[in-house]
Formats: sequence, structure tokens, C-alpha cells
Amino acid sequence: MNNTTTMRGLGLALVLSVLAGCSSTSTQDADAGAGATDTGVTTGGAGSAEVNAVEEAPVQEEVLDTVFYFDFDQSMLRPDARAALTAHAERLKASPRSLRLEGHGDERGTREYNMALGERRGIAVRDFLSLQGVDASMIEVVSYGEERPASMGSSDSAYSQNRRVEMK
Amino acid sequence: MKNSAKLLVIRYVSIAALSFFSVFSANSALAQLTIEITQGVDSPVPIAVVPFSVTGGEAVPEDVAAIINADLRRSGLFRPIPQGDMLSFPRNQYEISFRDWRILGSEYLVIGGVTRKADKYSVRFELFNVLSQRSVHVQTVEAGLEQLRDLAHYASDQVFEKITGIRGIFSTQMIYIEAFQNGNVEQDKFRLMLADVDGARPRLLLESRQPILSPSWSPNGQEVVYVSYETGRPAIFRQELATQKREQLTNFKGLNGAPVWSPDGKRIALTLSKDGNPEIYTLDIASKQLARITRHFAIDTEPNWTTDGKGVIFTSNRGGKPQIYQVTLASGRIERLTFEGDYNARPRVSPDGKSLVMVHRENGVFHIAAQDIASGDMRILTETYLDESPTIAPNGAMLMYATRYRGKGILAAVSLDAGVKFRLPSKQGDVREPAWSPFFD
Repeated sequence: MNNTTTMRGLGLALVLSVLAGCSSTSTQDADAGAGATDTGVTTGGAGSAEVNAVEEAPVQEEVLDTVFYFDFDQSMLRPDARAALTAHAERLKASPRSLRLEGHGDERGTREYNMALGERRGIAVRDFLSLQGVDASMIEVVSYGEERPASMGSSDSAYSQNRRVEMK
Repeated sequence: MKNSAKLLVIRYVSIAALSFFSVFSANSALAQLTIEITQGVDSPVPIAVVPFSVTGGEAVPEDVAAIINADLRRSGLFRPIPQGDMLSFPRNQYEISFRDWRILGSEYLVIGGVTRKADKYSVRFELFNVLSQRSVHVQTVEAGLEQLRDLAHYASDQVFEKITGIRGIFSTQMIYIEAFQNGNVEQDKFRLMLADVDGARPRLLLESRQPILSPSWSPNGQEVVYVSYETGRPAIFRQELATQKREQLTNFKGLNGAPVWSPDGKRIALTLSKDGNPEIYTLDIASKQLARITRHFAIDTEPNWTTDGKGVIFTSNRGGKPQIYQVTLASGRIERLTFEGDYNARPRVSPDGKSLVMVHRENGVFHIAAQDIASGDMRILTETYLDESPTIAPNGAMLMYATRYRGKGILAAVSLDAGVKFRLPSKQGDVREPAWSPFFD
């Protein structure tokens, strides 16, 4: 009993720190988006490195990637996404929270078909988390298809930024 | 139809009556789509539309002859004679010298006049065959003061039909989506728009920060149905055009997409993934009764009714790649319709039920293609880039679609024989997902 309470406390602290990390990252994103459309959302690298540097404290505070990218016409998780999601799953098991997975695609192909592909990507992430022991009933998958590109334009690099699932 | 006066009851959508959800901002004006003809038929019919006489007081707000000229030119089947070349401006049949028009090589002649009455306009127009020197059609039509443009389109429809035998579509309308996006979703803006089919008189139906997509008409042209994310997830709404009254039809877990009205107006076909996988359903609008149509672990989406309402044609990747299938509702029997290429999606059936148009991928490029259903013969109709969302005119002669032009989403049109092409560039935003209205009577 006692143990559980401690766990919960720790979990809450973790969530708070993760939230703090997230919000700072998303501010960066907004700035990047406003400045140059090409930059788009590249949540991963810069954000996590920065936070790591600040926090070498005993509690693990690494900010995990919350955007997972996919190959063309694919809803299979890439290895880097699996690694990040495994870490997410551990945190979510320790401190469950409701989760929203937003699936997206690039502009090629028809809109409603891409809507279905976006959902498949969201479901792939949900199922992976669920296999890791996360309660699937806490996860909502919402597909946006090609309606909300992270990067405008019709280049391959824009497309690869747009085929993604965002965890919120 | 000799000299008969007809009062046109014309649909008018008031912008003032927007639902509470829409925010109409006065500083971002509604941009009108203007038409650029990119290809016409090899030998369009020369026709002269003489400037209309005006009686009953002050100048009229619309140049009726100019509107008729623009309509006929846009059809690609006519070559209007420029006003500057005309040798005379007859106001009635007694003033016509057919020789003047034979010299110009004109095969047909349209004359007419506008009369301003207390609370309406009256337009009289008459079509002559220059060679036979005979009157082909004469008619007087009346409508309210805001509807002179509608009267001009009505005259175009009559002239077009008398000469070609095909019903004109100049009085029809379209709905489409206008999107303003720069990669920062906080600044996204989406609009559902209604406009005349020539792009004139754009009217805002809904504005949202969240995506709006897949707009589609009710068969009587009084309502539209579409997907809106305003609740934070996709939901299907219907909206009356005259009153702007809205009703949310679905709120299921997962996809709520691709709504299309049945030909009898009683049901919509749609895509739901509430049972775990994208499947086609029908929803009875009055009873809200749902019926599941497809059962397959693949993606089934983008339904479109067959013209008799007994079947649904849809996109499925059950064969590995997206192709078009048809399900007969009574038996549940499913038949594959497309075999050419590895990507055929979002089918629309022509009004005569004989052909399909769809998005077809060839060498990695997306075009609009038409397929004869009986023979299976496929023709590619467009040569632009990222072509999608084909919608067929109610007379079956033309289709409109969305494409990219100079980095922006625009609408374009092509005749089903691919002989006539034009585009409607937008001054602002990305324009996409056109849906051509039915005839309004």
C-alpha cells in the first residue's frame, strides 16, 4: 500500500516534469513554424538534448519524442519510434493518463483514403503501447489525414515530415 | 415556349444568417474565382450575343450579354463574336440584318433587352439561326433585383440547350473548401464556400480553425453534408443552405468521413471505423438507423451511390492497393470495377450511370480518369499535378476537380471528352474539394 502511494507520488512528479518539458518544446515549435515554413515540427533532437543537459539530477527526466514518423504508404513503426514508445510505455504504466494520438499523412492520394491511413498509423502506435502494457482504453486515436501538414509544400522532405503520429 | 413569361424562383443564401460557429471576418474578403480557359474544342460554334437594350430607368448592375458570352465561351463549345467587330446592334427582330452576321461568320445570333420594373428585372432574349434567318427560341423571364445574374445564366442555359441539345449548367452552383495554412496549426483557417459555378458570388457557409472536408450536396440542392473537426474530432454535419441551420449527424469513435447523400435523399453513405476498421455504412437521416455495408479488414472508404440508389461504389485496398469496388446493397455482393494501374480511388458516378470518374495514379502522378463501366475502358482526362476530388456536372458533360497550380490548390474543369479545359485560380488560400450542385428544379 505504502509502496503504491510512493509510486504514485513519483509518477505525478514525473508527469509534471514531462509536461513542463513538452510545453517548452511546443513553444519552440510554434516559433519555428511562424518563422520559416520549411522548418516544420522537428520536436526530437534539439529539445531533448537541451533538457538532458539541464537535468542530470537523480530522477530520469529525459524528454521523449512525441512525434513518430512513417514511410510512404506505411503504417509500420520505425525502429527509432519503437525505442521512444517503449520508454513512453514505461512512464504511462507508472502514471497512467489519457492520451491522444493524432495520425497524419502526406498530400499524395485522396483525402478520405489518407484519413484512413492516418488512423492506421495512430492505431499502430496505440497497439504498440498496448502491447507494452499501457491501458488502451486511455488512448484516443484521431486521424487528420492530410488536412494538417506539419510542413507545407510538395517536396519529399515535406512529405516525410507530414507522415506522422503526434502524441498529445 | 414562345414569349412565355416565367418567374424564376432563385435560391439565395444570406450571409447574415450564419450559424454561431462561423466567424465572418470582414477584413478577409471573400475571393472570387475567375476563369482561365486553357483548351477549347477545335471548331467552336461562332455566336454573336448583341449587347442587351435597357429600359425602365437607370443603368443595370450586370451586363447580361457579357455574362452570356462568358458562359458560352467557358463551355468551350462556342466562340462568341467580339462586340467591337459587330456591324449593328439590333434591339428587336425588325432591326436585324442577317447579312451583317453572315459577314462575321456567325452561325447564331442572340438579341435581347432588360426591363427594370418596381421590384424586379424582366429579361427578354431571342436566339436566331443566321443561316436560316429563323427565330429558334424566344423567352421573357423575371426575377428579383438581386437576381439579374441568374436571369443571364438562365438565358445562357436556354441558348446552350437549343443549339447543342445538352442541358446547360450555367445556373448551377458549387461548394468547395478554402484553406489557409502556413504549417502552424494555430493559424489554420478553413472555410466551406458556396459559389456560382463560374466562381462568382462566393458565399461563406462555415468557417473554422479546425479542418472541414468532404462536402457533398443533397439531391434537391437544398442542403449540404460535410466533415468538420470543430468538436476536436471528425464529425459529420448537415446544413441547410437557405437557413444555415445545422445538425450534427455522427459522433462515433474513430473515422466519421466521406458522407454522400443517396439519390432519394433519405440516407447518407459514410465511412466509420467505430468497429475497429474503416467500413462503409448507410445512415437513415430521419431515424438515425445505421446499416453496415462492408466487412473487411482492409480500408473501405469514399462511398458513392449508383444512380439507382441500389448500390454503393467505393475505394478499398482489399486487393493490396486501392481500387474501386461496387457493392449491391440488397445482396451484399461485391465486385471489383477497376484493374488498370495500382491506385484508383474516390469514385464518382456520372448522371447517366454509365461511367465512373476517379483519381488514378500513373507513374507516381495523380490524374483524373474516366472509365466506361460496361467495357472497363479507362481514359485519363487531366495532365496537371496532384489532381483529386473529381465532381461531375449534372448534365454529365463536364467535371471539376482540385489540382495544384503555381504552388497553390486551385479548381479546374475538363469536359468528359477531355476537349475543353479551364481553371479557376484563387486569389487567396488553397481551394479544393469542389462539389458540383444538382440542377435546382
